[in-house]
Amino acid sequence: MIIAQQKPIQEIAEMVKDCRKVLVVGCAGCVTVCLSGGEKETEILASELRIMRQLQENPLETVTFVCTRQCDPEYIAMLDNLVEDVDAVISLACGVGVQYIAERYPSKWVLPAQNTNFIGGSIEHGVWEERCGMCGNCILHLTGGICPIIRCSKSILNGPCGGSQYGKCEVSKDTPCAWQLIYDRMQSLGKLDKLLELQPPKDWSTSRDGGPRKAVREDVIIG
Amino acid sequence: MKTESKLESILNKGEFAVTAEIGPPKHSSPEAIKHHAEMMRDYVDATNITDCQTAIVRMSSIAAGLHVMKNGIEPIIQMTCRDRNRIAMQSDLLGAYSLGVRNVLCLSGDHQKFGNHPTAKNVYDIDSMQLINMVRRMRDDKVFLCGEEIKQAEPRFFIGAVANPFADPFEFRVVRLEKKINAGAEFIQTQCIFDMERFERFMEMVRQRGLHERVHILAGVTPLKSWRAAKYMQTSVSGMIVPDEIVERLKKAEDPKKEGIEICIEQIKHIRNIPGVHGVHIMAIAWEEIVPEIVQRAGLYPRPKAE
Amino acid sequence: MAEEFEPKIVAFCCHYCAYSAADLAGSMRLQYPSNIRIVEMTCSGNIDHRVILNAFEEGADGVYVAGCMEGDCHFLKGNYRAKKRVNHVKQMLDEIGFDSRRLEFYNLSAAMGPRFAEIANEMTQRIKELGPSPLNKKEGDTK
Repeated sequence: MIIAQQKPIQEIAEMVKDCRKVLVVGCAGCVTVCLSGGEKETEILASELRIMRQLQENPLETVTFVCTRQCDPEYIAMLDNLVEDVDAVISLACGVGVQYIAERYPSKWVLPAQNTNFIGGSIEHGVWEERCGMCGNCILHLTGGICPIIRCSKSILNGPCGGSQYGKCEVSKDTPCAWQLIYDRMQSLGKLDKLLELQPPKDWSTSRDGGPRKAVREDVIIG
Repeated sequence: MKTESKLESILNKGEFAVTAEIGPPKHSSPEAIKHHAEMMRDYVDATNITDCQTAIVRMSSIAAGLHVMKNGIEPIIQMTCRDRNRIAMQSDLLGAYSLGVRNVLCLSGDHQKFGNHPTAKNVYDIDSMQLINMVRRMRDDKVFLCGEEIKQAEPRFFIGAVANPFADPFEFRVVRLEKKINAGAEFIQTQCIFDMERFERFMEMVRQRGLHERVHILAGVTPLKSWRAAKYMQTSVSGMIVPDEIVERLKKAEDPKKEGIEICIEQIKHIRNIPGVHGVHIMAIAWEEIVPEIVQRAGLYPRPKAE
Repeated sequence: MAEEFEPKIVAFCCHYCAYSAADLAGSMRLQYPSNIRIVEMTCSGNIDHRVILNAFEEGADGVYVAGCMEGDCHFLKGNYRAKKRVNHVKQMLDEIGFDSRRLEFYNLSAAMGPRFAEIANEMTQRIKELGPSPLNKKEGDTK
């Protein structure tokens, strides 16, 4: 899922300092699961902003709503009536949601309440970790199911580098060296010989730096 | 001879090579580099010019290499994968060669987190292994990384790489060294050696795989000025092993600097007797002026003349 | 002005401890301030950030949550969770400039009738010293 974390409340408050009424929109997708932008967090944020503004004797009116997903236009459409009289819309979705709302309501000031961090999963309740670098060209079959693109601090394809020691990455004693993990895994699979093959330079054109990427399924396109 | 590198010719003659390191300054004056080069000129075969070591902004290694060259030493340009993508790297390789640089050392580079710009975005478009291979293919196959032909004057570098016998997983270090040789590495400089026993085990595995006959290994040594320096390397520099005995020896010494030099000379003499080691790489960090004394007292002076 | 400020304090009390302790305090005829509005909960672990914030928005001058002694939660860990959550809300309140001393968490057992009264007194005293909630200022004047 997409892992996002809320921005500091002061930063959000600063964005809406000139507003009298705002719509605070949560998302029931990923950010609900990672406990940062679901129904509960949406109501808490609205409440915090109201309290802050009341303390400043400049009350803020809030309306809250939670979209099933903010990454599908049909769910955004449900905000049509709600956005009419607000000065701004605060989205607690990932960056996709913020942009979808902004696209649908060109005359509205749409603001992000979250920092979208990474694609990952939970490793325990309340702790999430990155697992996929979205490079668009998966190599997990070569690396024992452990992604060096995102889990190695240098995205090395022929690791481990000389900074790997005692199983940890040179950047931090808390960060496992992805290549040590790959080595261990390949060893237990009896496939260490695979690591002797020189992995050629990666084709990064499938990754983030070619403008927005698109995925198309012709067979399900209507019309 | 694949290249015009003096270092290559010395190594190919079977001479025990001596290289040192010059760190470019954090400013734009070449005076300190010139000074270090003049001082070391007769005592080393080539000097490494670091590439923004520990991710701290310094004068570019190619520019600094040029100053070294003007002062009579052959530079080994270090090139890390941290700051440049494949386009910039190839461009710099062409430029460096055009200026007369003949040796390049390919490495991943320290993560930017350790440097003075920890908020920078790193590149790591290609890794050190792929860089080695790219430099080789530019020379031997006369092609750019994309496969396009280099129509004339391909850069013909003597290709170096690094190996760290003190990083983990230990058993894989020699395998990875082989991978670097397969990719095109012709000489190897190791991480600073303090744990001689581990280095010997490493070299034993190197010999078992016959790698010492396919590549020139230059063992890295670092003279230490104080026990604090030793302790710092022991605890704060990743990929380094410093045995307690060395820390203790420096601690007990009346003159720690003198003791540091003694230790280094002993290490060099020891290393010379390890089969398969073809040279020594002296990394006198912020202590460049001590290199001539070490070379002389280790019995490595005078240096042979290149063809 | 002369009229003494009587704070409104909401106490979220666990059924298995604090709520029973309140009962006991009553049967023991112990005096505790009438400022406390008790809300019975099945477990302090049910407390929600939103409920606390709401209480303040709706006019509470102080709020506290009372759960079982550590290790004695009827649902094993509800009281630990409640404590963590309360601390988190305290942190939030500080961030938004609302004095977090108006919110507290206590541990007590069903047998601690006197302790219940003591807590009620302590909290009432604290809130009296802090004065009316800044969120009540305007309303307070007209009431």
